[in-house]
Amino acid sequence: MRRLGLYLLLGIGLVGFAYPFVWMGIATFTPEAEIPELTLLPSRWTLEHYRLVFERIPVWRGLLNSLVVALAVTASVLVFTSMAAYALAKLHWRGRETVFSLILFTLMIPFLLLLIPLYTLVVRLGWTDSLLGLIVPFMMNATGVLILRQSFLTIPRDLIDAARMDGCGELRILFTIVWPLSVPALVTVGLLTFIGSWNEVLWPIIVVREVQWMTLPQLVALFAVGGGAEGQLGPQLAAAFLLALPIVLAYLFFQRYFIQSFATSGLKG
Amino acid sequence: MPERVTKNRRWRVRLREAQQGYVLVAPYLLHLSVFFGYPLLFAFVLMFHRWDIVTPMEFVGLKNFWRLMRDDLFFRALLNTGIFLTIHIPLQIVVALFFAELLNRPLKGRGFFRAAYFMPVVVSGVVITILFQQLFAFDTGLINRMLQALGGEPVPWLVSPALAMPSIAIMATWKNVGLYIVLFLAGLQHIPRHLYEAAELDGANAWQRWWHVTLPMLNPTMVTVVVLSTIGGFSLFIEPYILTGGGPLNATLSAVLYIYNQAFYFNHMGYAAALGFCFAIVIFLVVLLQRRFVETDTWS
Repeated sequence: MRRLGLYLLLGIGLVGFAYPFVWMGIATFTPEAEIPELTLLPSRWTLEHYRLVFERIPVWRGLLNSLVVALAVTASVLVFTSMAAYALAKLHWRGRETVFSLILFTLMIPFLLLLIPLYTLVVRLGWTDSLLGLIVPFMMNATGVLILRQSFLTIPRDLIDAARMDGCGELRILFTIVWPLSVPALVTVGLLTFIGSWNEVLWPIIVVREVQWMTLPQLVALFAVGGGAEGQLGPQLAAAFLLALPIVLAYLFFQRYFIQSFATSGLKG
Repeated sequence: MPERVTKNRRWRVRLREAQQGYVLVAPYLLHLSVFFGYPLLFAFVLMFHRWDIVTPMEFVGLKNFWRLMRDDLFFRALLNTGIFLTIHIPLQIVVALFFAELLNRPLKGRGFFRAAYFMPVVVSGVVITILFQQLFAFDTGLINRMLQALGGEPVPWLVSPALAMPSIAIMATWKNVGLYIVLFLAGLQHIPRHLYEAAELDGANAWQRWWHVTLPMLNPTMVTVVVLSTIGGFSLFIEPYILTGGGPLNATLSAVLYIYNQAFYFNHMGYAAALGFCFAIVIFLVVLLQRRFVETDTWS
Protein backbone atom coordinates (compact mmCIF):
# COMPACT_ATOMS: atom_id res chain seq x y z
CA MET A 1 0.00 0.00 0.00
CA ARG A 2 2.79 2.42 0.90
CA ARG A 3 4.67 1.38 -2.20
CA LEU A 4 1.62 2.13 -4.28
CA GLY A 5 1.43 5.62 -2.79
CA LEU A 6 5.11 6.15 -3.54
CA TYR A 7 4.71 5.21 -7.20
CA LEU A 8 1.56 7.30 -7.41
CA LEU A 9 3.42 10.41 -6.21
CA LEU A 10 6.34 9.69 -8.54
CA GLY A 11 3.83 9.22 -11.38
CA ILE A 12 2.26 12.61 -10.66
CA GLY A 13 5.73 14.11 -10.89
CA LEU A 14 6.30 12.29 -14.16
CA VAL A 15 3.12 13.73 -15.63
CA GLY A 16 4.05 17.17 -14.33
CA PHE A 17 7.51 17.22 -15.88
CA ALA A 18 7.14 15.13 -19.01
CA TYR A 19 3.54 15.65 -20.07
CA PRO A 20 3.94 19.29 -21.19
CA PHE A 21 6.57 18.12 -23.70
CA VAL A 22 4.32 15.35 -24.99
CA TRP A 23 1.43 17.78 -25.22
CA MET A 24 3.63 20.22 -27.10
CA GLY A 25 4.72 17.55 -29.57
CA ILE A 26 1.13 16.58 -30.31
CA ALA A 27 -0.03 20.20 -30.49
CA THR A 28 2.43 20.95 -33.30
CA PHE A 29 0.51 18.48 -35.51
CA THR A 30 -2.93 19.66 -34.37
CA PRO A 31 -5.09 22.08 -36.40
CA GLU A 32 -4.86 25.57 -34.87
CA ALA A 33 -8.50 25.67 -33.73
CA GLU A 34 -8.16 22.44 -31.76
CA ILE A 35 -4.95 23.24 -29.85
CA PRO A 36 -6.70 24.76 -26.80
CA GLU A 37 -9.02 21.73 -26.50
CA LEU A 38 -8.27 19.33 -23.70
CA THR A 39 -8.69 16.25 -25.87
CA LEU A 40 -5.45 14.32 -26.20
CA LEU A 41 -5.48 13.51 -29.89
CA PRO A 42 -6.51 15.84 -32.72
CA SER A 43 -9.37 14.98 -35.10
CA ARG A 44 -6.85 15.11 -37.94
CA TRP A 45 -3.07 15.52 -38.15
CA THR A 46 -1.56 18.46 -39.99
CA LEU A 47 1.90 19.60 -41.09
CA GLU A 48 0.59 23.13 -41.68
CA HIS A 49 2.46 24.62 -38.67
CA TYR A 50 5.79 23.20 -39.78
CA ARG A 51 5.18 24.39 -43.32
CA LEU A 52 4.72 27.95 -42.04
CA VAL A 53 7.81 27.75 -39.82
CA PHE A 54 10.04 26.55 -42.67
CA GLU A 55 8.54 29.21 -44.92
CA ARG A 56 9.12 32.08 -42.49
CA ILE A 57 12.45 31.28 -40.85
CA PRO A 58 15.61 29.73 -42.35
CA VAL A 59 15.56 26.71 -40.05
CA TRP A 60 18.43 24.86 -41.71
CA ARG A 61 20.63 27.94 -41.82
CA GLY A 62 19.91 28.60 -38.14
CA LEU A 63 20.67 25.00 -37.29
CA LEU A 64 23.96 25.21 -39.19
CA ASN A 65 24.91 28.48 -37.46
CA SER A 66 24.09 27.05 -34.04
CA LEU A 67 26.05 23.90 -34.77
CA VAL A 68 29.12 25.77 -36.06
CA VAL A 69 29.11 28.11 -33.05
CA ALA A 70 28.57 25.37 -30.47
CA LEU A 71 31.17 23.03 -32.00
CA ALA A 72 33.80 25.75 -32.40
CA VAL A 73 33.29 26.98 -28.83
CA THR A 74 33.36 23.45 -27.43
CA ALA A 75 36.49 22.39 -29.31
CA SER A 76 38.30 25.55 -28.32
CA VAL A 77 37.27 25.30 -24.67
CA LEU A 78 38.43 21.68 -24.51
CA VAL A 79 41.85 22.37 -26.05
CA PHE A 80 42.79 25.71 -24.47
CA THR A 81 41.16 25.09 -21.13
CA SER A 82 42.96 21.74 -20.87
CA MET A 83 46.26 23.46 -21.54
CA ALA A 84 45.65 25.99 -18.80
CA ALA A 85 44.32 23.34 -16.41
CA TYR A 86 47.37 21.14 -17.08
CA ALA A 87 49.76 24.01 -16.42
CA LEU A 88 47.90 24.74 -13.17
CA ALA A 89 47.72 21.12 -12.03
CA LYS A 90 50.97 19.54 -13.14
CA LEU A 91 53.63 22.16 -13.83
CA HIS A 92 55.51 24.33 -11.36
CA TRP A 93 56.01 27.93 -12.26
CA ARG A 94 56.14 31.24 -10.48
CA GLY A 95 52.76 32.97 -10.33
CA ARG A 96 50.75 29.78 -10.63
CA GLU A 97 48.66 30.40 -7.53
CA THR A 98 48.05 34.00 -8.58
CA VAL A 99 46.78 32.92 -11.98
CA PHE A 100 44.53 30.33 -10.37
CA SER A 101 43.06 32.95 -8.01
CA LEU A 102 42.53 35.24 -10.97
CA ILE A 103 40.56 32.53 -12.77
CA LEU A 104 38.47 31.93 -9.63
CA PHE A 105 37.87 35.68 -9.47
CA THR A 106 36.48 35.75 -13.03
CA LEU A 107 33.81 33.26 -11.87
CA MET A 108 32.57 35.74 -9.30
CA ILE A 109 31.82 38.55 -11.76
CA PRO A 110 28.19 38.47 -12.93
CA PHE A 111 27.82 38.51 -16.69
CA LEU A 112 25.43 41.46 -16.60
CA LEU A 113 28.32 43.69 -15.54
CA LEU A 114 30.35 42.71 -18.62
CA LEU A 115 27.45 42.60 -21.05
CA ILE A 116 27.60 46.17 -22.37
CA PRO A 117 31.40 46.66 -22.44
CA LEU A 118 31.82 43.26 -24.09
CA TYR A 119 29.27 44.25 -26.69
CA THR A 120 31.09 47.51 -27.41
CA LEU A 121 34.34 45.53 -27.77
CA VAL A 122 32.71 43.23 -30.32
CA VAL A 123 31.42 46.30 -32.17
CA ARG A 124 34.94 47.75 -32.29
CA LEU A 125 36.37 44.49 -33.55
CA GLY A 126 33.75 44.58 -36.31
CA TRP A 127 32.33 41.21 -35.27
CA THR A 128 28.66 42.09 -35.04
CA ASP A 129 26.57 40.19 -37.56
CA SER A 130 29.16 37.43 -37.78
CA LEU A 131 29.70 34.07 -36.13
CA LEU A 132 33.07 35.33 -34.82
CA GLY A 133 31.21 37.60 -32.42
CA LEU A 134 29.33 34.59 -31.10
CA ILE A 135 32.36 32.28 -30.86
CA VAL A 136 35.51 34.16 -29.85
CA PRO A 137 34.34 35.74 -26.55
CA PHE A 138 33.41 32.28 -25.25
CA MET A 139 36.45 30.29 -26.39
CA MET A 140 37.69 29.89 -22.82
CA ASN A 141 35.77 28.94 -19.74
CA ALA A 142 36.72 29.23 -16.07
CA THR A 143 34.40 26.46 -14.89
CA GLY A 144 36.12 24.21 -17.42
CA VAL A 145 39.50 25.04 -15.91
CA LEU A 146 38.24 24.13 -12.43
CA ILE A 147 36.74 20.80 -13.47
CA LEU A 148 39.70 19.74 -15.62
CA ARG A 149 42.31 20.87 -13.09
CA GLN A 150 40.54 18.83 -10.42
CA SER A 151 40.68 15.80 -12.68
CA PHE A 152 44.29 16.32 -13.79
CA LEU A 153 45.41 16.57 -10.15
CA THR A 154 44.54 12.90 -9.64
CA ILE A 155 46.92 11.74 -12.39
CA PRO A 156 50.10 10.31 -10.85
CA ARG A 157 53.15 12.45 -11.35
CA ASP A 158 55.33 9.38 -12.06
CA LEU A 159 53.41 8.77 -15.26
CA ILE A 160 54.18 12.25 -16.52
CA ASP A 161 57.82 12.09 -15.42
CA ALA A 162 58.25 8.78 -17.24
CA ALA A 163 56.88 10.30 -20.43
CA ARG A 164 59.25 13.23 -20.06
CA MET A 165 62.17 10.81 -19.70
CA ASP A 166 61.12 9.36 -23.03
CA GLY A 167 61.40 12.83 -24.48
CA CYS A 168 57.73 13.69 -24.75
CA GLY A 169 56.88 17.38 -24.88
CA GLU A 170 54.27 18.73 -22.48
CA LEU A 171 51.64 19.18 -25.19
CA ARG A 172 52.08 15.61 -26.29
CA ILE A 173 51.88 14.40 -22.68
CA LEU A 174 48.68 16.38 -22.24
CA PHE A 175 46.93 15.07 -25.31
CA THR A 176 48.22 11.47 -25.42
CA ILE A 177 48.56 10.59 -21.73
CA VAL A 178 46.50 12.98 -19.63
CA TRP A 179 43.47 13.25 -21.94
CA PRO A 180 42.75 9.52 -22.22
CA LEU A 181 42.85 9.32 -18.42
CA SER A 182 40.43 12.25 -17.98
CA VAL A 183 37.58 11.26 -20.27
CA PRO A 184 34.78 11.81 -17.71
CA ALA A 185 35.95 15.36 -16.95
CA LEU A 186 36.36 16.12 -20.64
CA VAL A 187 32.86 14.81 -21.37
CA THR A 188 31.49 16.97 -18.56
CA VAL A 189 33.20 20.13 -19.77
CA GLY A 190 32.41 19.39 -23.43
CA LEU A 191 28.75 18.69 -22.78
CA LEU A 192 28.22 21.71 -20.52
CA THR A 193 29.95 24.00 -23.00
CA PHE A 194 28.03 22.64 -25.95
CA ILE A 195 24.62 22.86 -24.27
CA GLY A 196 25.43 26.27 -22.84
CA SER A 197 26.40 27.59 -26.26
CA TRP A 198 23.50 25.88 -28.02
CA ASN A 199 20.94 27.31 -25.61
CA GLU A 200 22.44 30.80 -25.34
CA VAL A 201 20.05 33.42 -26.66
CA LEU A 202 20.71 36.80 -25.00
CA TRP A 203 24.14 37.25 -26.58
CA PRO A 204 23.06 36.37 -30.16
CA ILE A 205 20.06 38.69 -29.85
CA ILE A 206 22.45 41.52 -28.95
CA VAL A 207 25.22 40.82 -31.44
CA VAL A 208 23.43 39.52 -34.54
CA ARG A 209 20.72 41.47 -36.38
CA GLU A 210 21.05 39.90 -39.81
CA VAL A 211 18.90 36.82 -40.31
CA GLN A 212 21.57 34.84 -42.12
CA TRP A 213 23.86 34.80 -39.06
CA MET A 214 21.19 34.09 -36.46
CA THR A 215 21.32 30.96 -34.33
CA LEU A 216 18.31 28.68 -34.02
CA PRO A 217 17.22 29.74 -30.49
CA GLN A 218 17.41 33.36 -31.59
CA LEU A 219 15.35 32.73 -34.73
CA VAL A 220 12.73 30.85 -32.75
CA ALA A 221 12.57 33.50 -30.01
CA LEU A 222 12.19 36.33 -32.54
CA PHE A 223 9.63 34.27 -34.46
CA ALA A 224 7.56 33.95 -31.27
CA VAL A 225 7.93 37.62 -30.29
CA GLY A 226 7.66 39.18 -33.73
CA GLY A 227 4.73 38.80 -36.06
CA GLY A 228 6.19 35.83 -37.96
CA ALA A 229 3.72 33.36 -36.52
CA GLU A 230 0.75 35.68 -37.20
CA GLY A 231 -0.34 35.21 -33.62
CA GLN A 232 -0.94 31.51 -34.17
CA LEU A 233 0.02 29.04 -31.45
CA GLY A 234 0.75 26.06 -33.68
CA PRO A 235 3.70 27.53 -35.61
CA GLN A 236 5.26 28.93 -32.42
CA LEU A 237 5.05 25.56 -30.73
CA ALA A 238 6.36 23.85 -33.88
CA ALA A 239 9.37 26.19 -33.97
CA ALA A 240 10.02 25.55 -30.29
CA PHE A 241 9.69 21.82 -30.82
CA LEU A 242 12.25 21.90 -33.65
CA LEU A 243 14.61 23.78 -31.37
CA ALA A 244 14.17 21.25 -28.55
CA LEU A 245 14.43 18.15 -30.73
CA PRO A 246 18.24 17.81 -31.18
CA ILE A 247 18.95 18.26 -27.48
CA VAL A 248 16.08 16.01 -26.38
CA LEU A 249 17.24 13.24 -28.74
CA ALA A 250 20.81 13.55 -27.48
CA TYR A 251 19.46 13.54 -23.93
CA LEU A 252 17.45 10.37 -24.45
CA PHE A 253 20.61 8.51 -25.49
CA PHE A 254 23.13 10.05 -23.11
CA GLN A 255 21.01 11.16 -20.16
CA ARG A 256 23.41 9.72 -17.58
CA TYR A 257 26.24 11.91 -18.89
CA PHE A 258 23.96 14.94 -19.01
CA ILE A 259 22.80 14.53 -15.41
CA GLN A 260 26.34 13.83 -14.20
CA SER A 261 27.72 16.90 -15.96
CA PHE A 262 25.08 19.32 -14.78
CA ALA A 263 25.35 17.97 -11.24
CA THR A 264 29.13 18.56 -11.32
CA SER A 265 28.70 22.15 -12.45
CA GLY A 266 25.98 22.67 -9.84
CA LEU A 267 28.32 21.55 -7.09
CA LYS A 268 31.09 23.80 -8.38
CA GLY A 269 28.78 26.79 -8.38
CA MET B 1 81.62 17.19 -9.31
CA PRO B 2 78.83 14.71 -10.35
CA GLU B 3 76.71 16.08 -7.50
CA ARG B 4 76.96 19.50 -9.04
CA VAL B 5 76.11 18.27 -12.50
CA THR B 6 72.87 16.63 -11.39
CA LYS B 7 71.92 19.74 -9.48
CA ASN B 8 72.54 21.84 -12.52
CA ARG B 9 70.50 19.45 -14.61
CA ARG B 10 67.61 19.40 -12.22
CA TRP B 11 67.60 23.18 -12.26
CA ARG B 12 67.44 23.14 -16.02
CA VAL B 13 64.55 20.71 -16.01
CA ARG B 14 62.75 23.01 -13.57
CA LEU B 15 63.35 25.99 -15.78
CA ARG B 16 62.04 24.15 -18.82
CA GLU B 17 58.95 23.11 -16.86
CA ALA B 18 58.29 26.69 -15.82
CA GLN B 19 58.66 27.89 -19.41
CA GLN B 20 56.19 25.25 -20.55
CA GLY B 21 53.80 26.36 -17.83
CA TYR B 22 53.78 29.92 -19.15
CA VAL B 23 53.40 28.75 -22.74
CA LEU B 24 50.43 26.54 -21.92
CA VAL B 25 48.60 29.10 -19.84
CA ALA B 26 49.36 31.98 -22.22
CA PRO B 27 46.40 31.54 -24.63
CA TYR B 28 44.01 31.42 -21.70
CA LEU B 29 45.48 34.55 -20.12
CA LEU B 30 45.50 36.39 -23.42
CA HIS B 31 41.83 35.60 -23.95
CA LEU B 32 41.05 36.47 -20.35
CA SER B 33 42.68 39.87 -20.61
CA VAL B 34 40.91 40.76 -23.87
CA PHE B 35 37.43 39.37 -23.17
CA PHE B 36 37.30 39.71 -19.40
CA GLY B 37 39.90 42.20 -18.21
CA TYR B 38 39.26 44.81 -20.86
CA PRO B 39 35.44 44.74 -20.57
CA LEU B 40 35.73 44.86 -16.79
CA LEU B 41 37.95 47.95 -16.91
CA PHE B 42 35.95 49.51 -19.70
CA ALA B 43 32.76 49.05 -17.63
CA PHE B 44 34.31 51.41 -15.07
CA VAL B 45 35.04 53.96 -17.79
CA LEU B 46 31.71 53.61 -19.51
CA MET B 47 29.58 54.13 -16.42
CA PHE B 48 30.90 57.70 -16.05
CA HIS B 49 30.10 58.59 -19.65
CA ARG B 50 27.22 59.23 -21.93
CA TRP B 51 27.62 57.19 -25.11
CA ASP B 52 25.38 56.07 -27.96
CA ILE B 53 28.20 54.15 -29.75
CA VAL B 54 27.91 56.40 -32.84
CA THR B 55 29.00 59.80 -31.52
CA PRO B 56 32.09 60.23 -29.28
CA MET B 57 31.83 59.46 -25.56
CA GLU B 58 31.03 62.36 -23.28
CA PHE B 59 32.23 62.42 -19.67
CA VAL B 60 29.33 63.07 -17.30
CA GLY B 61 30.88 62.20 -13.92
CA LEU B 62 28.42 60.67 -11.50
CA LYS B 63 25.37 61.76 -13.46
CA ASN B 64 24.45 58.21 -14.43
CA PHE B 65 24.40 57.25 -10.76
CA TRP B 66 22.34 60.25 -9.69
CA ARG B 67 19.89 59.35 -12.38
CA LEU B 68 19.85 55.75 -11.23
CA MET B 69 19.01 56.77 -7.66
CA ARG B 70 15.85 58.44 -8.97
CA ASP B 71 15.03 55.79 -11.57
CA ASP B 72 11.81 54.02 -10.58
CA LEU B 73 12.42 51.30 -13.14
CA PHE B 74 15.77 50.37 -11.57
CA PHE B 75 14.06 49.84 -8.23
CA ARG B 76 11.13 48.17 -9.94
CA ALA B 77 13.55 45.64 -11.49
CA LEU B 78 15.08 45.03 -8.05
CA LEU B 79 11.64 44.56 -6.52
CA ASN B 80 10.64 42.18 -9.33
CA THR B 81 13.79 40.13 -8.78
CA GLY B 82 12.99 40.09 -5.06
CA ILE B 83 9.47 38.82 -5.75
CA PHE B 84 10.87 36.20 -8.11
CA LEU B 85 13.38 34.97 -5.54
CA THR B 86 10.98 34.85 -2.57
CA ILE B 87 8.76 32.49 -4.54
CA HIS B 88 11.34 30.63 -6.60
CA ILE B 89 13.84 29.68 -3.88
CA PRO B 90 11.49 28.18 -1.24
CA LEU B 91 9.35 26.50 -3.90
CA GLN B 92 12.43 25.01 -5.51
CA ILE B 93 13.80 23.70 -2.21
CA VAL B 94 10.48 22.16 -1.13
CA VAL B 95 9.73 20.49 -4.47
CA ALA B 96 13.31 19.27 -4.95
CA LEU B 97 13.53 17.88 -1.42
CA PHE B 98 10.14 16.19 -1.80
CA PHE B 99 11.09 14.32 -4.95
CA ALA B 100 14.63 13.60 -3.76
CA GLU B 101 13.17 11.98 -0.61
CA LEU B 102 10.80 9.90 -2.76
CA LEU B 103 13.61 8.79 -5.06
CA ASN B 104 15.82 7.91 -2.11
CA ARG B 105 13.46 5.08 -1.11
CA PRO B 106 14.01 1.56 -2.40
CA LEU B 107 12.18 1.48 -5.73
CA LYS B 108 12.35 0.27 -9.28
CA GLY B 109 12.96 2.70 -12.11
CA ARG B 110 14.71 5.40 -10.07
CA GLY B 111 16.89 6.29 -13.04
CA PHE B 112 13.87 6.62 -15.29
CA PHE B 113 12.02 9.02 -12.98
CA ARG B 114 15.16 11.01 -12.31
CA ALA B 115 15.80 11.36 -16.04
CA ALA B 116 12.24 12.49 -16.71
CA TYR B 117 12.31 15.14 -13.96
CA PHE B 118 15.66 16.36 -15.25
CA MET B 119 14.61 16.85 -18.86
CA PRO B 120 13.50 20.53 -18.63
CA VAL B 121 16.97 21.42 -17.31
CA VAL B 122 18.71 20.63 -20.60
CA VAL B 123 16.09 22.13 -22.90
CA SER B 124 16.54 25.73 -24.07
CA GLY B 125 14.77 28.43 -22.06
CA VAL B 126 13.24 29.61 -25.35
CA VAL B 127 11.39 26.29 -25.71
CA ILE B 128 10.18 26.30 -22.11
CA THR B 129 9.01 29.90 -22.40
CA ILE B 130 7.05 29.35 -25.62
CA LEU B 131 5.52 26.25 -24.05
CA PHE B 132 4.43 28.17 -20.96
CA GLN B 133 3.18 31.06 -23.02
CA GLN B 134 0.55 28.62 -24.21
CA LEU B 135 0.04 26.89 -20.84
CA PHE B 136 -0.42 30.26 -19.08
CA ALA B 137 -2.63 31.89 -21.73
CA PHE B 138 -5.80 33.36 -20.23
CA ASP B 139 -8.51 32.18 -22.65
CA THR B 140 -6.88 29.36 -24.54
CA GLY B 141 -4.18 28.19 -22.09
CA LEU B 142 -4.07 24.57 -21.07
CA ILE B 143 -3.90 25.31 -17.32
CA ASN B 144 -6.96 27.60 -17.36
CA ARG B 145 -8.86 25.14 -19.55
CA MET B 146 -8.18 22.44 -16.98
CA LEU B 147 -9.19 24.71 -14.12
CA GLN B 148 -12.43 25.51 -15.90
CA ALA B 149 -13.09 21.85 -16.67
CA LEU B 150 -12.75 21.22 -12.92
CA GLY B 151 -15.25 24.01 -12.26
CA GLY B 152 -12.73 26.72 -11.30
CA GLU B 153 -12.23 30.26 -12.51
CA PRO B 154 -9.52 31.06 -15.07
CA VAL B 155 -6.45 32.66 -13.47
CA PRO B 156 -4.90 35.74 -15.17
CA TRP B 157 -1.38 34.23 -14.95
CA LEU B 158 0.48 36.66 -17.16
CA VAL B 159 -2.14 39.39 -17.50
CA SER B 160 -2.34 40.46 -13.88
CA PRO B 161 0.57 42.63 -12.68
CA ALA B 162 0.41 40.90 -9.29
CA LEU B 163 0.60 37.39 -10.75
CA ALA B 164 2.92 37.80 -13.74
CA MET B 165 6.21 37.57 -11.85
CA PRO B 166 5.03 34.70 -9.60
CA SER B 167 3.99 32.87 -12.79
CA ILE B 168 7.50 33.29 -14.20
CA ALA B 169 8.90 32.07 -10.88
CA ILE B 170 6.74 28.93 -11.13
CA MET B 171 7.94 28.36 -14.68
CA ALA B 172 11.59 28.80 -13.69
CA THR B 173 11.09 26.36 -10.82
CA TRP B 174 9.61 23.80 -13.19
CA LYS B 175 12.62 24.19 -15.48
CA ASN B 176 15.38 24.04 -12.88
CA VAL B 177 14.09 21.82 -10.11
CA GLY B 178 15.34 18.61 -11.79
CA LEU B 179 18.92 19.70 -11.21
CA TYR B 180 18.29 20.22 -7.51
CA ILE B 181 16.42 16.91 -7.21
CA VAL B 182 19.61 15.26 -8.49
CA LEU B 183 21.84 17.28 -6.16
CA PHE B 184 19.64 16.65 -3.09
CA LEU B 185 19.41 12.95 -3.98
CA ALA B 186 23.21 12.73 -4.19
CA GLY B 187 23.38 14.55 -0.86
CA LEU B 188 20.88 12.17 0.76
CA GLN B 189 22.76 9.13 -0.48
CA HIS B 190 25.99 10.43 1.01
CA ILE B 191 24.66 10.80 4.54
CA PRO B 192 26.37 8.06 6.57
CA ARG B 193 23.91 5.48 7.92
CA HIS B 194 25.50 5.48 11.34
CA LEU B 195 24.33 9.05 11.96
CA TYR B 196 20.72 7.85 11.72
CA GLU B 197 21.47 4.80 13.85
CA ALA B 198 23.07 6.97 16.51
CA ALA B 199 20.08 9.34 16.47
CA GLU B 200 17.72 6.40 16.75
CA LEU B 201 19.63 5.08 19.76
CA ASP B 202 19.22 8.50 21.34
CA GLY B 203 15.49 8.06 20.91
CA ALA B 204 14.93 10.48 18.05
CA ASN B 205 11.75 9.90 16.05
CA ALA B 206 11.59 10.01 12.26
CA TRP B 207 10.80 13.72 12.16
CA GLN B 208 13.59 14.57 14.59
CA ARG B 209 16.06 12.46 12.62
CA TRP B 210 15.10 14.36 9.49
CA TRP B 211 15.36 17.74 11.19
CA HIS B 212 18.62 17.10 13.07
CA VAL B 213 20.47 14.78 10.68
CA THR B 214 19.14 15.08 7.14
CA LEU B 215 18.61 18.81 6.96
CA PRO B 216 22.00 19.89 8.34
CA MET B 217 23.76 17.35 6.11
CA LEU B 218 22.06 18.82 3.05
CA ASN B 219 23.19 22.33 3.89
CA PRO B 220 25.85 22.58 1.14
CA THR B 221 23.23 21.73 -1.49
CA MET B 222 20.88 24.24 0.10
CA VAL B 223 23.54 26.93 -0.28
CA THR B 224 24.02 25.93 -3.92
CA VAL B 225 20.29 26.18 -4.62
CA VAL B 226 20.04 29.58 -2.99
CA VAL B 227 23.09 31.11 -4.64
CA LEU B 228 22.49 29.71 -8.13
CA SER B 229 18.82 30.71 -7.99
CA THR B 230 19.78 34.23 -6.99
CA ILE B 231 22.20 34.62 -9.88
CA GLY B 232 19.55 33.07 -12.14
CA GLY B 233 16.93 35.53 -10.89
CA PHE B 234 19.11 38.50 -11.76
CA SER B 235 19.89 37.11 -15.21
CA LEU B 236 16.26 36.44 -16.22
CA PHE B 237 15.94 37.70 -19.76
CA ILE B 238 14.38 35.49 -22.37
CA GLU B 239 11.41 34.58 -20.15
CA PRO B 240 10.02 38.12 -19.79
CA TYR B 241 11.32 39.04 -23.26
CA ILE B 242 9.07 36.44 -24.89
CA LEU B 243 6.21 36.19 -22.39
CA THR B 244 5.48 39.75 -21.38
CA GLY B 245 8.09 42.15 -22.75
CA GLY B 246 8.55 43.25 -19.13
CA GLY B 247 4.88 44.07 -18.63
CA PRO B 248 2.16 44.27 -17.51
CA LEU B 249 3.00 47.66 -15.96
CA ASN B 250 6.69 46.66 -15.70
CA ALA B 251 5.75 43.87 -13.31
CA THR B 252 8.17 41.44 -14.98
CA LEU B 253 10.96 43.87 -15.87
CA SER B 254 14.13 42.01 -14.87
CA ALA B 255 17.62 43.39 -14.32
CA VAL B 256 19.02 42.12 -17.61
CA LEU B 257 15.91 43.07 -19.56
CA TYR B 258 16.17 46.62 -18.23
CA ILE B 259 19.86 46.85 -19.13
CA TYR B 260 18.99 45.50 -22.58
CA ASN B 261 16.24 48.09 -23.07
CA GLN B 262 18.45 50.99 -21.96
CA ALA B 263 21.32 49.88 -24.19
CA PHE B 264 19.52 48.77 -27.32
CA TYR B 265 16.26 50.70 -27.40
CA PHE B 266 17.56 54.03 -26.11
CA ASN B 267 21.26 53.61 -26.96
CA HIS B 268 22.20 54.64 -23.40
CA MET B 269 25.40 52.56 -23.22
CA GLY B 270 26.87 54.53 -20.31
CA TYR B 271 23.70 54.31 -18.27
CA ALA B 272 23.32 50.61 -19.08
CA ALA B 273 26.89 50.02 -17.84
CA ALA B 274 26.09 51.92 -14.62
CA LEU B 275 22.97 49.76 -14.19
CA GLY B 276 25.05 46.60 -14.73
CA PHE B 277 27.52 47.74 -12.09
CA CYS B 278 24.82 48.51 -9.51
CA PHE B 279 22.97 45.25 -10.13
CA ALA B 280 26.29 43.40 -9.75
CA ILE B 281 26.86 45.11 -6.39
CA VAL B 282 23.37 44.11 -5.27
CA ILE B 283 24.01 40.49 -6.34
CA PHE B 284 27.24 40.47 -4.31
CA LEU B 285 25.53 41.82 -1.21
CA VAL B 286 22.58 39.43 -1.51
CA VAL B 287 24.81 36.38 -2.01
CA LEU B 288 27.01 37.50 0.89
CA LEU B 289 23.98 37.80 3.17
CA GLN B 290 22.59 34.47 2.00
CA ARG B 291 25.88 32.71 2.71
CA ARG B 292 25.94 34.35 6.10
CA PHE B 293 22.46 33.14 7.01
CA VAL B 294 22.07 29.88 5.10
CA GLU B 295 25.51 28.35 5.35
CA THR B 296 26.16 26.48 8.56
CA ASP B 297 29.55 25.18 9.53
CA THR B 298 28.51 21.62 10.33
CA TRP B 299 30.95 20.59 7.64
CA SER B 300 34.12 22.29 8.69
